[in-house]
Amino acid sequence: MNIKVSDFKGISKIKKLFFIATLLFAIPSVVFAEGESGKPFNAGDMILEHVSDAHSWHVAGDVSIPLPIILYSSTHGLDVFSSAKLENGVAYNGYKLNGEHIVAVDASGAINKDETAKIWDLSITKTAASILLSGILLILIMLAVSKGYSKRGTGAPKGIQSFFEPIIVFVRDDLAIPSIGKKKYEKFMPYLLTLFFFILLVNLLGLVPFFPGGANVTGNIAVTTTLALFTFIVMMVNSGKTYWGHTLWMPGVPAWVKISILGPIETLGIILKPFTLLIRIFANMLAGHIVALSFFALIFIFGGLWGHFAGYLTSVFSVAFSAGMLLLDVLVSLIQAYVFTLLSAIYFGMATEEAEHH
Amino acid sequence: MDLIVPSIGLIFWMTITFLVVFFLLKKMAWKPILKSLKDRESSIQNALDSAEKAKQEMAALQASNEAILMEARNERDKLLKEARETKDSIIGEAKAKAQIEADKIMQSTRDAIQGEKVAAMDEIKNQVAKLSIEIAEKIIRTELSSDEKQKALVNTMIDEVNLN
Repeated sequence: MNIKVSDFKGISKIKKLFFIATLLFAIPSVVFAEGESGKPFNAGDMILEHVSDAHSWHVAGDVSIPLPIILYSSTHGLDVFSSAKLENGVAYNGYKLNGEHIVAVDASGAINKDETAKIWDLSITKTAASILLSGILLILIMLAVSKGYSKRGTGAPKGIQSFFEPIIVFVRDDLAIPSIGKKKYEKFMPYLLTLFFFILLVNLLGLVPFFPGGANVTGNIAVTTTLALFTFIVMMVNSGKTYWGHTLWMPGVPAWVKISILGPIETLGIILKPFTLLIRIFANMLAGHIVALSFFALIFIFGGLWGHFAGYLTSVFSVAFSAGMLLLDVLVSLIQAYVFTLLSAIYFGMATEEAEHH
Repeated sequence: MDLIVPSIGLIFWMTITFLVVFFLLKKMAWKPILKSLKDRESSIQNALDSAEKAKQEMAALQASNEAILMEARNERDKLLKEARETKDSIIGEAKAKAQIEADKIMQSTRDAIQGEKVAAMDEIKNQVAKLSIEIAEKIIRTELSSDEKQKALVNTMIDEVNLN
């Protein structure tokens, strides 16, 4: 993984300047758009809006892409329509957008709480769209890599294949084999590779400040919950007798200790493992996004306090800090993908461990 | 939407996307990639192993060559030694045979000489006896030409005869 970090260090000065200039023009333009809506600038709202999920994908300025809204409720049945129909708080088909929540409304326009509780919101939100996009992108990339292998067989890797091969070998040799062991690691490789590359891709796409990047995917708790659940399910499906024996009935400990202390603790531990997984990546990625956005918020805070000139002056420092944060976030993206995959591998290793004689 | 409340819709889409990506990549990317990686690693390992084996075979071949050369050298030395021995023995035998032959010839020569000698001696003896008799005849003829001399001889002879 060091290769990527040092790659960033190795970028020539011109490229660095270009990189910062891109940030200078790209991110503020997105953020400026927020300030133009007439309301006084509120840093908290702006940041929360950016890291939260939405029913439309804001591109730049006034341009945003409407996304499909898919609703199911036992009384209304299935409803599929574009989010453009709910823009500016207009009610459509008995639904209305309350903030980013879809609520059911009566004919008079008042929110119907009973109906709202029955709604299953399966809309393709900004995050969901970003997930789908990342999924398609990942499939395309990996099929291209795979094609290299089918074309060259056991020959030396080339092009995109040689870029991804060290990462795949890294996942295999430094994550899977040491954690699971040489005998059983192969079974888990497809899952670990998918997990690693999926997290890495959505993390890195999230750092791209303009459309179609910028979505806060791994900083969304629903996404990390799902990933952690997958790891938990794979772990449970593959858990052996030794694992359960050691967790619930630790050998060499008096029976009353097992029942009263160790049993409950270990049971809690089983649930806590995926929970820590989902919280760790969620909090890290969310914090990264919030900190980067906070630096930009400073521009508008100072601009609002002392006029445009102060805003432009601050923007120099803010952009510099944000660029630094972005580079740090690249590192965090890698580390979080690494840690999630590594811990999953370690849990699989624990679950499949075979009896050792004590 | 709240930050810390997972939304059902997103979980739904995430699950579907992840499962589709997982199964598709598992079948079309990870398995062939991992297999190729393994194949390549084993082919590299095989190549290294066979190179090592070739090296060892080379060394063994060299060693056996050396051994064969050594053996050949020993064989040659042995053959030379044997040849020398045979030569010596043949020469020795020939010498001994020649000696015996020479001895035999010498003996027969010696025998022949002895025979000739005896025959010669006999011849000489006969000649001497014949000459002696002739000489004696001549002497007696002269001695016994007078009566006195005959008488004297008879007397000497009578004297010599010991009449006892």
